[in-house]
Amino acid sequence: MATVIVVTSGKGGVGKTTTSASFATGLAQRGYRTVVIDFDVGLRNLDLIMGCERRVVYDFVNVINNEANLNQALIRDKRVENLYILPASQTRDKEALTKEGVERVLNELRVGFDYIVCDSPAGIERGALMALYFADQALVVTNPEVSSVRDSDRILGILASRSLRAEQGDEPVKEHLVLARYAPERADRGDMLSVDDVLEILGIPLLGVIPESQSVLQSSNAGVPVILEDSSEAGAAYGDLVDRFLGKNLPHRFTSSQKKGFLQRLFGGS
Amino acid sequence: MSLRSLHFAGEEAPPFELKGSLFTLTVLHLFQLDRAAIERQLAEKIKQAPSFFNNTPVVIDLEGMADSPDSFDFNGLYELLRAHGMVPVGIRNGTPMQQAAARLAGLPVLPESRATNNGKKPERTESVPVHSRIVNHPIRSGQQIYAPDGDLIVLGAVSAGAEVIADGNIHIYGVLRGRALAGVRGDAETRIFCQSLEAELVSIAGRYRISEQIEPSERGKAAQIHLVEDRLVIEHLNR
Repeated sequence: MATVIVVTSGKGGVGKTTTSASFATGLAQRGYRTVVIDFDVGLRNLDLIMGCERRVVYDFVNVINNEANLNQALIRDKRVENLYILPASQTRDKEALTKEGVERVLNELRVGFDYIVCDSPAGIERGALMALYFADQALVVTNPEVSSVRDSDRILGILASRSLRAEQGDEPVKEHLVLARYAPERADRGDMLSVDDVLEILGIPLLGVIPESQSVLQSSNAGVPVILEDSSEAGAAYGDLVDRFLGKNLPHRFTSSQKKGFLQRLFGGS
Repeated sequence: MSLRSLHFAGEEAPPFELKGSLFTLTVLHLFQLDRAAIERQLAEKIKQAPSFFNNTPVVIDLEGMADSPDSFDFNGLYELLRAHGMVPVGIRNGTPMQQAAARLAGLPVLPESRATNNGKKPERTESVPVHSRIVNHPIRSGQQIYAPDGDLIVLGAVSAGAEVIADGNIHIYGVLRGRALAGVRGDAETRIFCQSLEAELVSIAGRYRISEQIEPSERGKAAQIHLVEDRLVIEHLNR
């Protein structure tokens, strides 16, 4: 049975789709059968980031409405084995996402996949609610900035109260923090919240810190998930993030402007 | 500064307005009509707390007088209490005859309150069960938690943009960054406790302070918030 993971944030533009694309790609690279679903109906972006926009025939809403079956709508990634994309519809709106329809599609996907990654739209309305409703785990993407942190706090509250797991009183959705667009030297100067500031406010385990990087924009425009860019710090950080998600214990990189500062603080200079 | 204050916005200001309100009144539970005994006990009480008996309104509870004769000298009792600095404002309980006699003496019969004392056993105070609500997780932005009829206990932080509300006290074992409103049904004795005060707003029985009115020196520390003579006071908790 597949694990359903929602990538969510509340606020827009913090890196949900970038994270979804790289996270799903990283899982597939490591041998897990993975599908990534774009829940941003009407504002379809994931296909662009994944570089498959010219191969979209049917979409998620077509499958929900039984206008196409899953095999017709799933796009197989050309670069990474085991990776599939279920694109959003650009011509519909979020009302097309019915709870029953989403559940049926997820249940069909659960059989053949190890991981289902749900790329949530911004906001806390229907699209975002449907993306997180069936989740087993959540990657909460935050930028080191107060409004983004507050919106993530809001989303964590919704995960804890309005997900299926919350409604049924099951074990709660497992939460992971992804701190994206982090610039250590700006955090040192006090222009940005630090890793510790964000952790103190949100109080959930840190899965990864993604440094602010030119390569994210470049790879987005090129339609290549940044995790595939070997020379990119952001790509390496996503690689670490995926390994940590799968249980490896890796130290956090790219969190300090001086090479050893943060780790020294963490481990008392040893 | 009251959250509860209402302003009449009519074009012609009316001469008065009728509103319900809750008061804490002293209740005198009467067990016997021995005038001398009453006077003796009154004198003793006044010696203990002279300032308390200064036109203090009292309600006379007759629950313990159910077995005594119906004929009742309320005028005499009234004079006696007045002479000792108390102003009877009404009676509670009593037999129909006693109530009728009270009305004749100009004392209204007040409805029975929930927490009536069992008059036959004055030494036993009946405990009213208080329903505390315990929340085991942090309260996130946008969430609102209300504990009716009792205390609210939060094991975790209250985020900015979250709201915790209780008829009783509020205890937060974590950082209070959001809003906390205790005693929302008017209980001025309620308090707020938190491990670190970084609140957007704190309120007790309608008296409130917003973030701006909390001094930097009062922030970021374990604190209790309570009312002293109708003023909201923030006190650090020594650890």
